[in-house]
Amino acid sequence: MTGDVETVQHLGSGLDVGAVRRDFPILERTVGEHPLVYLDSAATSQKPNQVIDAVAEFTRHHNANAHRGIHMLGEEATQAYEGARAIVARFLGAPEPECIAFTRGVTESMNLVAQGWGRTHLREGDEILITEMEHHSNIVPWQMTAAVTGATLRYIPLTDDGLLDLSQLGSLLTERTKVLSVTGMSNALGTITPLRQLADAAHAVGALIAVDAAQLAPHSPIDVQALDVDLLGFTGHKMLGPTASGGLYGKREVLESMEPMLGGGEMIHEVFHDHSTYKSAPFKFEAGTMPVAQQVGLAAAIGYLETLGMQNVRAHEEDVTRYAIDRLLDVGATVYGPKDASIRGGAVSFWYRDVHPHDLATVLNEEGVAIRAGHHCAQLVMRRYGVPATARASFYVYNTKEEVDALIAALDRAGNIFG
Amino acid sequence: MALDDIYKEVILDHYKNPRNKRELPGAELQCHANNPLCGDEITVFAHVDGETVAEVTFQGAGCSISQSSASMMTEAVTGSSIEDSMALAASFRGMMAGDLEPDEETFGDLVALKGVVQYPIRIKCAVLAWDVLQDALGAGSGTGDGAQPHTV
Repeated sequence: MTGDVETVQHLGSGLDVGAVRRDFPILERTVGEHPLVYLDSAATSQKPNQVIDAVAEFTRHHNANAHRGIHMLGEEATQAYEGARAIVARFLGAPEPECIAFTRGVTESMNLVAQGWGRTHLREGDEILITEMEHHSNIVPWQMTAAVTGATLRYIPLTDDGLLDLSQLGSLLTERTKVLSVTGMSNALGTITPLRQLADAAHAVGALIAVDAAQLAPHSPIDVQALDVDLLGFTGHKMLGPTASGGLYGKREVLESMEPMLGGGEMIHEVFHDHSTYKSAPFKFEAGTMPVAQQVGLAAAIGYLETLGMQNVRAHEEDVTRYAIDRLLDVGATVYGPKDASIRGGAVSFWYRDVHPHDLATVLNEEGVAIRAGHHCAQLVMRRYGVPATARASFYVYNTKEEVDALIAALDRAGNIFG
Repeated sequence: MALDDIYKEVILDHYKNPRNKRELPGAELQCHANNPLCGDEITVFAHVDGETVAEVTFQGAGCSISQSSASMMTEAVTGSSIEDSMALAASFRGMMAGDLEPDEETFGDLVALKGVVQYPIRIKCAVLAWDVLQDALGAGSGTGDGAQPHTV
């Protein structure tokens, strides 16, 4: 981490975006005659050379299965893999590397929480509390667990402004609540949730708090100990890392209390005809050959983000997001979620005139502008605000205000075609 | 003007001025489907006289591709036999799968949708109305495979 918040605010953005962009070879691509304007990082981020090279270097010179081979390469692969765990732990503020279980991303992490913890800790009469702004990966696993355990799933509703409506929290979060599972930053609305406040509220009734940090981890400094969250899942490919990288942070005692979701090689201690004993956490959750090169790539991505400084990453995105929301509102777009960039991330959902988001995305693509259109795996959010879909532009370290201008110009063209 | 642009104009024309977009009172056949991916919704109404599709109308909401496809479809099948309508639906799917070159005479304006093949994620928008038509006519002739929408 470099600098304190005050300094960063004074400087505006501490990022040299031009230098950052030169690290991302894909940004040199063109779409027809237009330069690529990539505004879909909430779906997946692009990768800098440092990450691409780290994966290639591992694959070329150190590839072997981790935790298996008693040979030089096996040892090197294990060191790289465990080194990545230590880097992830430091990045999240975890007290030790063993608090990190590697997974293939936040979907697997939340399923691991809902199954590994939920199925052994929940029974009829218990309640699971989630929110209406969750991504499907933090809804569906809990529905599945509720069906198996007989526990009841309840939802924190949303305000018209796209915030969690905590006015009824007292009646939703009770001694019946055994777990509160919540996003740290909405992929559909951009909203940043008050995690420490929610953690304290959950702990006050004896409930666990689990966090879907798929969007928060790439875009904001995180300190899991300061937030006092019990479990936190994250995805590598949204934070400059490779696909199939990611993991689950957990307090040691919580991880130990969980059952594995996948059985197989390397997660066991001993196997007998009628039963097996498992390794301790986090290794009991890592069955089969893990995406070793990918987690090594994730460590390189974290190294890259730490060099930029997460405070600077956040400040830069806040700056671009504020500009984007202002311009979108200027041209008459409807923006969903908070309008104040200081309380939200860079995923901006909007509707422009009467143009259906899919039509909009198709026209924008012809101008080189890549956005997402659809329900963003958040159908409850779409239903809450009465739209079948939205267009979504999302920003990251490599995006500029000039790219926002390109988006606005492309919107104008779409408006002319469909108006 | 590029050929692409002419096709675009045909699609936009049907989108902005949809043909036969109304309920059909007393329609013998009626089917509805939606595409949750983008919220496209189509209801098809058909009045069948013997083996002939005497009149087809639709109601719905959604993107330009789904709505223009429905509009073109009502024009293309009105007055055809059920058998020919089903055959056209199959041909249209073939064009959308990229393995059938459309016959311009039978396809008419529908040829304009050929470009959608370049956008695989939007093919389901283009075929939605045809799913509903096939379900409606299939239910009428007893050869349908249920009211569930299918996608290519």
